[in-house]
Amino acid sequence: MARTVKTLVGWARTAPSRATVLSGDEVTSDTQLAEAVTTAGPRGVIARGLGRSYGDPAVNAGGLVVDMTARHRVHAIDAESGLVDVDAGVSLDTLMKVALPFGLWVPVLPGTRQVTIGGAIASDIHGKNHHSHGSFGNHVVSMDLLTGTGDIRRLEPEGPESDLFWATVGGIGLTGIILRATVRMTKTETAYFVADTERTANLDETIERFSDGSDEAYDYSSAWFDSISTGPKLGRAALGRGSLARLDELPEKLRRDPLKFDAPQLATLPDVFPNGLANKATFSLIGELYYRKTKNKRGQIQNLTAFYHPLDLFGDWNRAYGSKGFLQYQFIVPLAAEAEFRSIIADIAASGHVSFLNVFKKFGEGNRAPLSFPMPGWNICVDFPIVDGLGRFCRDLDRRVLAMGGRLYTAKDSRTDAATFAAMYPRLDEWRKVRDAADPDGVFASDMSRRLALTS
Amino acid sequence: MIDAVGHPSSLLLLGGTSEIGLAIAERYLADGPVRVVLAGRQSPRLADAAARLERAGGHVETVEFDAKDAAVHTEAVRKAFAGGDIDVAVVAFGLLGDQEKAWQDIDVAVELAEVNYVATVSVGVALAAEFRRQGHGRIVALSSVAGERARRSNFVYGSTKAGMDAFYTGLTEALRGDGIGVTIVRPGFVKTKMTAGMDSAPLATTPEEVARITVDAVTKGRELVWAPAQFRYVMSVLRHIPRPIFRRLPV
Repeated sequence: MARTVKTLVGWARTAPSRATVLSGDEVTSDTQLAEAVTTAGPRGVIARGLGRSYGDPAVNAGGLVVDMTARHRVHAIDAESGLVDVDAGVSLDTLMKVALPFGLWVPVLPGTRQVTIGGAIASDIHGKNHHSHGSFGNHVVSMDLLTGTGDIRRLEPEGPESDLFWATVGGIGLTGIILRATVRMTKTETAYFVADTERTANLDETIERFSDGSDEAYDYSSAWFDSISTGPKLGRAALGRGSLARLDELPEKLRRDPLKFDAPQLATLPDVFPNGLANKATFSLIGELYYRKTKNKRGQIQNLTAFYHPLDLFGDWNRAYGSKGFLQYQFIVPLAAEAEFRSIIADIAASGHVSFLNVFKKFGEGNRAPLSFPMPGWNICVDFPIVDGLGRFCRDLDRRVLAMGGRLYTAKDSRTDAATFAAMYPRLDEWRKVRDAADPDGVFASDMSRRLALTS
Repeated sequence: MIDAVGHPSSLLLLGGTSEIGLAIAERYLADGPVRVVLAGRQSPRLADAAARLERAGGHVETVEFDAKDAAVHTEAVRKAFAGGDIDVAVVAFGLLGDQEKAWQDIDVAVELAEVNYVATVSVGVALAAEFRRQGHGRIVALSSVAGERARRSNFVYGSTKAGMDAFYTGLTEALRGDGIGVTIVRPGFVKTKMTAGMDSAPLATTPEEVARITVDAVTKGRELVWAPAQFRYVMSVLRHIPRPIFRRLPV
């Protein structure tokens, strides 16, 4: 038995809570894990991967938390079919490193590779290629789920068990513990991108660039946008769009080792940043530099870090916000709500709540999962340092997002209330029915499930 | 759960008609939905308090609780937690009493001691058990500057608050390892029904102001706050004044 009592937080380092964490054999053995789940006690159990969810889906005050990183085996890679069979605790970073030599690429990559397969499914993560490839659940061929009754069920996206499959995709760990999954990878000739970068001068241009059909030419596309400047610079953006490079597109030098994992990290940030460093002056300056650094250039060959994960240059970058932490606010609204969407962007810029890591992307079609976040629309992600009045500001944003028919993302949310969440996800009751059937005793619980009253 | 911006989903007021307690509830309700459990004696005043919070948008439940009957405290606290997690519990009940009677009349003195000290300790023990089981949450203890240094004018009340304050100070340490926080609030003279008709004192404050300070302290996880904040400095001076001088001060 390896059980320790720990204080856990999400990636944004807010709302800590104490739980008993299971690791080692009790996690890796199916029978021991099933025993732990069925005898979990009144506060329930939840799986936790690498803790990259910003809020509270992988913390469980007073209950059990299963550290799934103990299950880290890659069982099989088939270069022919593109299928990989991996434990749920394997990170996308590991998967990418082991699969690249076979010419296989992780089909959906979020803003970090430090997420597990289990977390990728449970949050139904998305990336810059959402408009062309959908979210992570779309690429899962099958998975093994340990349910609240202690049974292990093999789930597939079609057929009789498909309801539970899709309830687990985006189901934030509340349908059971994902043990293992088979994922269909994307075939690639190289580990590089052919990228076009450009700047837009204002919000009109930014929206225009995502609406004029040019996005269709790229598999990957997203923008950093300026959420601090008001007036004519409001919503100006630095776009990065591209596709995986073919071998013949690489310069001679890179062709020798086209599948090399090329993703450097410069430094890990120490935990010394004071509160208040993340302010309007510093963010405006960094934003200006970032914006100016982006040139209008076509056909550049870029490695993964340059094109996809610039933040990975700095490990543990969340520390830069100080001990008070920060809050990610990610929402999506339907394309039709463009006018109100513009006014929200303007109001964020005028609010005095400053954000630097801003993402702007147009999403494609969603999938069958009732709690999956993506749908066709404007996706925005901003992150605010925790200051007085932020709760009220976000509550007002919630109301407007909801009025537009939009919603928040469970992997990011750390503060909305149960009624608002239920209104944003009208298929919540459908999900609850499938969930309750797989977990009749209500074994699975998290701080998020209590905050949002997701389980009965 | 207390969310990332410090907003609780649920609030328990022990002393469901406390003006400061209700002001704290209203302050939270202004920022979003909260389930409020009012623990107090069933009375028209408790019903009025519930109605007042419902008007402010609260989802309100009441639980029978009598501070003077320690035998039922465990059960009352258990009932308060039966409807779901409690994120913040405020120990808000207390008596001021007639100070001149209190040091000369045994019944009055014992009643003050029982409500302000014995009952707050008994409730504290029950809350600690529930919160430890739950694994998260914060206890707010409404203490008083009067407990910081006994004064001739209200030392019976002051002595009960001193005892209560010391208990919750120790409880703060005892619960630290369990991830449960305790916030002690030491208000000065607060203009409420409890003090109606009394002469106001320097640095007098209002229930709304105490509520503002309390909510801010809970959000920031602070363990001791004064209302108003200047009392921290005033009391740190008064604490060290020699008795011959202290007894001549108009405090």
